[in-house]
Amino acid sequence: MATIKINHERCKGCGLCGNACPNKCISLSKQFNKIGYHWAFIEKEDDCIACGFCYLTCPDFCIEVYK
Amino acid sequence: MKKLVKGNIALCEGAIAAGLKSYFGYPITPQNEIPAYLSKKMIELKRVFVQAESELAAANMVLGAAVTGVRAMTSSSSPGISLKQEAISYMAGMELPALIVNVQRGGPGLGNISGSQGDYFQSVKGGGHGDYKLIVLAPNCVQEMYEMAYDSFDLAEKYRIPVMILTDGIIGQMMEPVDFNRPEREKLLIPNWALDGCKNRPPRSLKSLLMKDGDLEKHNFALQEKYKTISQNEVKYETFEISDADIIICAFGIAARISKSAVCLARKNGIKVGLFRPLTLFPFPSKEISELSQRFKNFLSVELNHGQMVEDVRLAVNGKANVEFLGKAGGGIVTELEILDKLKNFL
Amino acid sequence: MNKILSKPESLKDVSLSYCPGCGHGIIHRLIAECVDELHLREKTIAVAPVGCAVFAYDYFNFDVTEAPHGRPPAVATGIKRTNPDKFVFTYQGDGDIAAIGMSETIHAANRGENITVIFVNNANYGMTGGQMAPTTLIGQITQTTPFGRDPKRDGYPIKLCELLATLDGTTYLERVSVFNPQNIIKAKKAIKKAFQCQIDEKGFSLIEVISQCPVDWSMSPLEAIRWVEEVFIKSFPLGVIKDKIDEK
Repeated sequence: MATIKINHERCKGCGLCGNACPNKCISLSKQFNKIGYHWAFIEKEDDCIACGFCYLTCPDFCIEVYK
Repeated sequence: MKKLVKGNIALCEGAIAAGLKSYFGYPITPQNEIPAYLSKKMIELKRVFVQAESELAAANMVLGAAVTGVRAMTSSSSPGISLKQEAISYMAGMELPALIVNVQRGGPGLGNISGSQGDYFQSVKGGGHGDYKLIVLAPNCVQEMYEMAYDSFDLAEKYRIPVMILTDGIIGQMMEPVDFNRPEREKLLIPNWALDGCKNRPPRSLKSLLMKDGDLEKHNFALQEKYKTISQNEVKYETFEISDADIIICAFGIAARISKSAVCLARKNGIKVGLFRPLTLFPFPSKEISELSQRFKNFLSVELNHGQMVEDVRLAVNGKANVEFLGKAGGGIVTELEILDKLKNFL
Repeated sequence: MNKILSKPESLKDVSLSYCPGCGHGIIHRLIAECVDELHLREKTIAVAPVGCAVFAYDYFNFDVTEAPHGRPPAVATGIKRTNPDKFVFTYQGDGDIAAIGMSETIHAANRGENITVIFVNNANYGMTGGQMAPTTLIGQITQTTPFGRDPKRDGYPIKLCELLATLDGTTYLERVSVFNPQNIIKAKKAIKKAFQCQIDEKGFSLIEVISQCPVDWSMSPLEAIRWVEEVFIKSFPLGVIKDKIDEK
């Protein structure tokens, strides 16, 4: 069992996390957050292996990893 | 017991007695005795001495030491002080206490190495960018080099402001007996705004960058309030033979020494002259000069430049009396006889 | 489930002013993690630069001072010499460290000051809108090299680590990058080693981090990390440039 939590309001939608994710679990929302970005969210939670790559690449400290 | 020393050495002793923790400098004549003396003394005392790669770096090292709340100083002479203005403006904005010593030489540019008072404007009107003031002290003898260096740190810390000692190559180089009369300061407390690691307290930052709407404006108002308080509390001046004077000479530093002799000479020649000597150039004794101008109708500003402090004298007098100027720059020294001639023509 | 990775204590819980995909945030986090892991937070005094990271004191959860543009190594010298028991690092960009502050950088390094410098190289002046930096690549288009950097007019990109390696005063110099997870892990190791170098009083260490600046490069974040990998690090090869830790 593994997952991540993304702070949607702080996310700037750069997409570095989704790019780094080995199982391509992360997508960008269609909507905008309060600061005007498409935020990242975990779409395929079952495929998350808590590798932490998304945490490592996130420049805005938005991501927490759980295992 | 008094000891015969150079002005520059007396200044070092004053700073050391005041608990100077760190000195950062760069060679330039006529202040080279200061780094040379401190390079030995500070190391013997297990304090910090660094010969920096430039005046820019030296002043920024002072800034670094000052953010941690320890006593720090640098010294230089006119062209070097121009280079230090960057850090001085930052320190004024960041409200950091420190001592900066300017042993003035002739300018502009590289100028020469003779004593001069050409940096009055630079010292009291800002020097670097932005609306700021330094406390500027003007010693006129070797004893005052010692005492002002000692006192400068308490002043700097009281108001969180850089203090400048504005002296010149003549006072720096001349020898006089000095009474080292101040007690050694030990165990100085680290002030409660300093950066010393956020143990048992929230983190602190020191900065002059205030980008939030209105913050910088507020900061500038606060600085001006501080300068006003300093102006109310810290003005220092000295008078000599002014009670019956027809003319009052205004002069600071070495020009005041010469002027004092000129006062004696003039009185022997039947001219009633007095001397008004500001010890603080900022805060300037404007109120005191203004009051004098109610009673005295002739002022003469004597300076080793082409008329800098005279502007502040005129502002203080504000048209209530006649203000004239005598001075020369570039290493030229005004003599007692020249002052006497000027006084004779005055009346 | 347990939380296994989250914001380190040495970062404040605030939003950063950096552009989307910018490397600064990653580098901030690596520094903060190293400070936490080495238990340095309560004895740290950091020096922020002038440049994009000028607001670093708003992000780091420890004491930080401002410094004039290019002067952090001089300011850090003043701090460390008077407070040798404190942990002191500077955080500087390419313009700050290798243009206006080159003199301060070289001389602090040459004196072997026991400080750590984190040098973020993104090949342009980010804060002012993307002008040529001392590290801008040959041919790279910036605001002030609209036809590409021409060595005849603009000189060559400065390789600071290699330059500093010639000085006897330097102890540890490494160039790393943050364009993918593997390199981010390596970058953290390098920063931690440099911090340890200071703790062990071994003298001057500098970590050059090749970082992405998508907005001023006119690229998307993903294009930017690809450009780092395919172009940028070809001119600035990664690796340990100098390691004299065991000899000091």
